[in-house]
Amino acid sequence: MNDADKKRLLKEMIFFRRFEDRTFEAYMERKIGGFLHLYSGQEAVATGVLEKAMLGKGTDNDYVITGYRDHVHALKAGAPAREVMAELYGKETGSSRGRGGSMHIFDPSVNFMGGYALVGQPFPLAAGLAMGCKHKGTKQIAICFLGDGANNQGTFHETMNMAKVWNLPVLFVCENNGYAIGTHIDRSTAVKDQYKRVCAYDMQASQHDGMDIEIVMEAAEQAIDFVRSGKGPYFIEFMTYRFRGHSMSDAKGYRTREEEIEWEKRDPIRVFSKRLIEQGLLTEDDIKTMEREIDDEMENDIIKFAEESPEPKVEDLNKFVLDDNPDPRWIGPLQQ
Amino acid sequence: MAEIAYWEAIRRAHDEEMANNRMVIAMGEDIGVAGGTYKATLGLYDKYGEERVIDTPISENSYTGIGIGASMVGVRPIIEIMSINFALLALDTLVNAAAKIRYMSGGRAQCPIVMRTPGGTAHQLAAQHSARLARMFMSTSGLRVVTPRGPIDAYGMLKSAVRCNDPVIIIEHEQMYNLKEEVPDEEFFRPLEGAEIVREGSDITLIGYNFSVHLCLEAAKRLEADGINAEVLDLRVLKPLDRETIRKSVEKTHRVLIAEEDEAPVGVGAEIMALINEDCFFALDAQPVRIHAADVPVPYNARLEKAAIPSADDVYQGALKVMGKI
Ligand SMILES: Cc1ncc(C[n+]2csc(CCOP(=O)(O)OP(=O)(O)O)c2C)c(N)n1
Ligand SMILES: [Mg+2]
Repeated sequence: MNDADKKRLLKEMIFFRRFEDRTFEAYMERKIGGFLHLYSGQEAVATGVLEKAMLGKGTDNDYVITGYRDHVHALKAGAPAREVMAELYGKETGSSRGRGGSMHIFDPSVNFMGGYALVGQPFPLAAGLAMGCKHKGTKQIAICFLGDGANNQGTFHETMNMAKVWNLPVLFVCENNGYAIGTHIDRSTAVKDQYKRVCAYDMQASQHDGMDIEIVMEAAEQAIDFVRSGKGPYFIEFMTYRFRGHSMSDAKGYRTREEEIEWEKRDPIRVFSKRLIEQGLLTEDDIKTMEREIDDEMENDIIKFAEESPEPKVEDLNKFVLDDNPDPRWIGPLQQ
Repeated sequence: MAEIAYWEAIRRAHDEEMANNRMVIAMGEDIGVAGGTYKATLGLYDKYGEERVIDTPISENSYTGIGIGASMVGVRPIIEIMSINFALLALDTLVNAAAKIRYMSGGRAQCPIVMRTPGGTAHQLAAQHSARLARMFMSTSGLRVVTPRGPIDAYGMLKSAVRCNDPVIIIEHEQMYNLKEEVPDEEFFRPLEGAEIVREGSDITLIGYNFSVHLCLEAAKRLEADGINAEVLDLRVLKPLDRETIRKSVEKTHRVLIAEEDEAPVGVGAEIMALINEDCFFALDAQPVRIHAADVPVPYNARLEKAAIPSADDVYQGALKVMGKI
C-alpha cells in the first residue's frame, strides 16, 4: 500500500466514524427516526474488505449486500454520503427515496444491493447475486457482510450448503463483534469461532483481527482472489467490537466497562493513525486538519443537503409497490 | 390447436421462455433430473442443462432467496415449490424480501421472480399437504397473485409472469394438472390482471378462482336445468383484484355467491364480499353467500375430507339459497 492510499484510508475511516456520530446527534434532535444501528468500532472491516473489491458502477464491479448496520458499507461501496444522510432524514433525495430509512439503504447504481432488517436474510440474497454473476459469465463476485448472530439462522446453513454445491462466487464476511443485541455469543452459540462452522459445508474459511485495517486488507485480498478465480465461496471472520449500543436505546447492561476499555484500546482509527504517525507519514496536526475538513463537509454539504431536501410527496404513497410502468402485453387488462 | 393437459401447458411455457431468453432459469426440488413432481419441467434438464434447470436441496426459504438475489441482477427465475404447504418456509424471503424490495429501495431495485406452487386438496393427503393459503399471498402488498383455472391461462399467464417485472405467485392445483383444454399452437400471452366471465348469465353471479371455478361451472349446469341462468366469473387474479368486472356482473344479476376451496375467515370470499358492499351494495336483491371449506385442518379420512371441502353440490345448494328457492 502506498503512502497516499494509507492517508486516504485513514481519512475515510475518520469520515465514517464522524458520519455515524453525526447521525447520532441528528437522531437526538429527532431529525432521524426509527431504528439506527451505528458501525463505530467496526470501520476497519468494511473499509478494508471493500478496498480490495471492485467498486463502482457496472458489470465489472462486485455486488455488496448487508444487514441493517449498513451506512458505512453503502458509503464505502460508493453511495454518495449526501444521499445516505438524506435517506436517514427520510427525504426524496435519499438513497432509497426516503422509503427505506437507516436499515434499508440501496444504491444499485454502485451495485450496493441493500441493507436488510431480517437477521440472516441477506445470506441467500447474496448467493443469488453471485448466481447471477456466474450465469452472466462476468468476473464479478458478491460480498455479504453479516454479524455473528446471523449465523444461528437456518438461512446460514441452507445458503452455505447451496453456495458450496453450486460453487458460487460469493464472499461471506462475518463481523464478529461478540454480541447479538444484548446476548453474548458464548450464551447463544455452541461454536465460538464462527469460521469453523462452515467446515460442515467443506467451505474455505479463515479468522482475522478486524481492528487493524492492514490485516483486514491482506486477508480480504486473498479471499477475494480465491472467490474471483472461480474456486467457490469463502467465509471470512473478523474479530471486532461495536463501540456504541446495538441501536439507540441500549443501556449496555450486558457488558462491562472494563471490556469496553480493552477494545477501545484497539480502536481501528487509533491503531492506524498511531502507525502512520510512527511511520512519519502524518502528524497529529495533519489529523486535526483532516477532522476539520471532514466536519466542514459534513455540516456544509452533507447535512445541509439532507436538511434542505424535499420530503416525498404524499401523492406518491403508492409509487414503487409494483412496476409503475408495466408492459400492457403482460399485465393487461384482459380483453373480454 | 391441440388438446393439452395443464401440466403440458406449463411445461410448454417454460420451454418457450427458456428458449427465448437465456436469463430465464428454473429452480426447485426434483425439477431437473426427475422432471418435476407434476412433470412441469419434464425434459428441460436435458435440453437446457443443470445450470438453467436447477435441482435444489430441500431449503425452500434460501433457494427462494437465491432466486430473488439472482433476479435483482437480471436473471428471471421460475421457482417451483412442490406444495403450497412448503411455501410457508419461504415466507421470509418471499414476503419480507421479494414483496418489499422495490418499495423500500424507492424503486431502484426489483425482483422479477415467478413462484409456482400447487395449492389445494387432492385425495386424502391429510392436513400437512392440503393447505390452500391463497389469502395469505393475496394480502401481501408488492406481490402479484394469479390462479389459472385451465391450460390456456396456465400457459399464457406463466409466460406473462416470466416477462413481468414484479414478483408473481402462480397458484396451481394438484387436481388440475391433468385437466385438458384446446390450446392454440402459436405463441400467446394471457394478462396478469383482469377477472373473466367464463359463462354468461343473468340471474346470479357465481364467483370462483382456481379449482372452485370448475365447481361453479358444474353448479351452473345444474341450475340451468332448474331454469336459473347463472353467470360464472373466474377471478383469475387475486392481486390486484378486478373490482370493475365483479361490480358489473353483480349489477347485472343482482345476486352473488362466492365459492372458494379455502377456509372462510379473513379469506378471499370475505374480501370479495367487502368489495361488493363498498361498490354495489344497492344492486343486491339478496344476501350474498360464501361457499368455503370447514375451518379445520384437512382430515385424512375420505368421508371427513369430503365434508371439509366444498363440492359442486354445495355451490348448487348455496345458489338456490341466494335465489330464495330453499
Ligand atoms: C429474523 C430477525 N430476528 C430478530 C431480529 C431482531 N434483531 C435485530 S439485530 C439482532 C442481533 C443481530 O446480531 P448480529 O448478527 O451479531 O449483528 P450485530 O447487530 O452485532 O451487528 C436481532 C436479534 C431481527 N431483526 N430479525
Ligand atoms: Mg454481533
